[in-house]
Amino acid sequence: MSDLALIGPILAAMFAAATPLLFAALGELVVEKSGVLNLGVEGMMLVGAVCGFAVTVQTGSPVTGFLVAAFAGAATASLFAVLTLFLLANQVATGLALTLFGVGLSALIGQGFVGIPLEGLPKLHIPGLTDLPVVGQALFGQDIMVYLAVAAVPLVHLFLYRSRAGLVLRAVGENHTAAHALGYKVLRIRFFAVLFGGAMAGLGGAFLSMDYTPMWAENMTSGRGWIALALVVFATWKPVRAMLGAWLFGGVTILQLHVQGLGIDVPSQLLSMLPYLATVLVLVLISRDVARIRLNAPACLGKLFHPDA
Amino acid sequence: MSFIRLEPRGQASKTMVYVTPLLAVALTLLSGFILFLAMGFDPLKALYSFFVAPVTSVRGIGELVVKATPLVLCAVGLAIGFRANVWNIGAEGQLTLGAITGGGLALAFYGEGGWWLLPMMVIGGAVGGAVWAAVPAFLRLRFNASEILTSLMLNYVALLLLNYLVHGPFRDPDGFAFPESRLFEAEATLPILWAGTRVHFGALLALLAVAGGWLLIARTFIGFQIKVIGLTPAAAGYAGFDQKRIVWLTLLLSGALAGIAGMGEVAGPIGQITASISPGYGYTAIIVAFLGRLHPVGILLAALLMALSFIGGEAAQIAMGLPKAITGVFQGMLLFFLLASDVLIRYRVRFGARRAAA
Repeated sequence: MSDLALIGPILAAMFAAATPLLFAALGELVVEKSGVLNLGVEGMMLVGAVCGFAVTVQTGSPVTGFLVAAFAGAATASLFAVLTLFLLANQVATGLALTLFGVGLSALIGQGFVGIPLEGLPKLHIPGLTDLPVVGQALFGQDIMVYLAVAAVPLVHLFLYRSRAGLVLRAVGENHTAAHALGYKVLRIRFFAVLFGGAMAGLGGAFLSMDYTPMWAENMTSGRGWIALALVVFATWKPVRAMLGAWLFGGVTILQLHVQGLGIDVPSQLLSMLPYLATVLVLVLISRDVARIRLNAPACLGKLFHPDA
Repeated sequence: MSFIRLEPRGQASKTMVYVTPLLAVALTLLSGFILFLAMGFDPLKALYSFFVAPVTSVRGIGELVVKATPLVLCAVGLAIGFRANVWNIGAEGQLTLGAITGGGLALAFYGEGGWWLLPMMVIGGAVGGAVWAAVPAFLRLRFNASEILTSLMLNYVALLLLNYLVHGPFRDPDGFAFPESRLFEAEATLPILWAGTRVHFGALLALLAVAGGWLLIARTFIGFQIKVIGLTPAAAGYAGFDQKRIVWLTLLLSGALAGIAGMGEVAGPIGQITASISPGYGYTAIIVAFLGRLHPVGILLAALLMALSFIGGEAAQIAMGLPKAITGVFQGMLLFFLLASDVLIRYRVRFGARRAAA
């Protein structure tokens, strides 16, 4: 009986744990669809997390906090965009640099904010629905950001596959030379895609610091940016699958917290390895199908483009 | 059309290869100046206490070498991989594993050590790091999984493993439940090379790695294969080079070197196994590799500079109350500026409207 009563909260926590991953993965998915590989997700999430947190503490307004977080993420991403798009720097190296820089910068900004508690966002409550057994809290008792992340899934899908702008973005990612010859501004399109990715990563990070935890700690994303990158591959660059992947990882994260509660005696450090090992596992499972990856990966992913060359 | 544009050079500029790292350092110092000013510190005093004051004493120079040692060991291996487009970013985890296996041997033979223990620990550390690096190698070759993501994930796993060990099996039985191992005995501690400092035998191993790395890349057929695979994978394919073998080799080698670095930390300056062995040497080594132009001698110089950023951060924290995190900001900025100015190697900056194609 008590086990059954646990399922509701576990399910609810799973969706919440999946939210930062979903934001970051959706953003990176659009970036990669435009042909750019930005490995700096972790850094952008951290900058978003600390900026959102700091602004919310000072203004008391979470809305401002999230807006600033998105802006800060995009601003961090613009560094990457300028370097890789206009100065033709190696995307892998620049992405790594962005993460290292983001870790340091966020720690510097967040220095005075360690240990300050924040309230978090109010949770939805619909009489009747939220009180439903098992699924009530999970489906109808979350806060607005959880719903926004899920709402972004169909929006990104519609943009990519049902809009002209999305078609152009995908064309740029598949064959930038041809798109350029057709008169599309390859670099401009990629620039905005990278900014979008940064804003989404910033929101994901801010969800962690302002809502999920809610507090600021150095390096608090603990690899979620990298897991989001793996999710994009796992999703074979499809938004809906990215959502399923994020839920899966949310589940693994929560499971790890509850296993000990269920009376299974495993050292907590070994349980904490689960999300990382699961990431490796799903990467292996999806990547082994070389044909499928080749079919779905944007053909120009990670390649530099110079209009004069 | 546009006022400033980039014009491809016919040939990569040899001069710029050497000029851009210096340019990047200069730009980083300039940004540091502005950053300190913005934070309300006296910028000249802050830069002095960060970059100069720490190396004004013999002990300070010794610390520089101590911090550069693991950076060199990790970066030499990483650079060989990067040359072959093998993106091992798991040096932090491989270093941790080397500390666990190498240091584990010191604990296993506690009280019964001899002259053979240290050589065995070096080998043990190398094997530990290599095994950890073998996982991404195997997953890439067998399952086509990106070694970037798998090697990075294993960093977190390695740190958690270390954390588990120092709270459990490795914990000092007389240590009042502190998450630390026993202090290593003299037989399991690397000898000090320079009296009055903490410079240990690992520094010699690092120099050996520099020489070995240079020999491998510049003087052997394997080094030639590595360079060809990195520059034009297709040509390597036509030449019949075994690319799988190169992936194995570069990952195992960089893992082994990182493992030795980790062993050197626990058997050197730390003297025991604790929960925090490295302040991010494995990540900083990535910057060192690029800043050193993926060349072993360049790496040696770059490692000394990055080591300075670590001890400078600590010194500035003590002297001026600057946040320690500023080290990471400096390191990230340096890599940014380097990558940005690298454009000058392959392109010329031209002002004015485009002329007719030459």
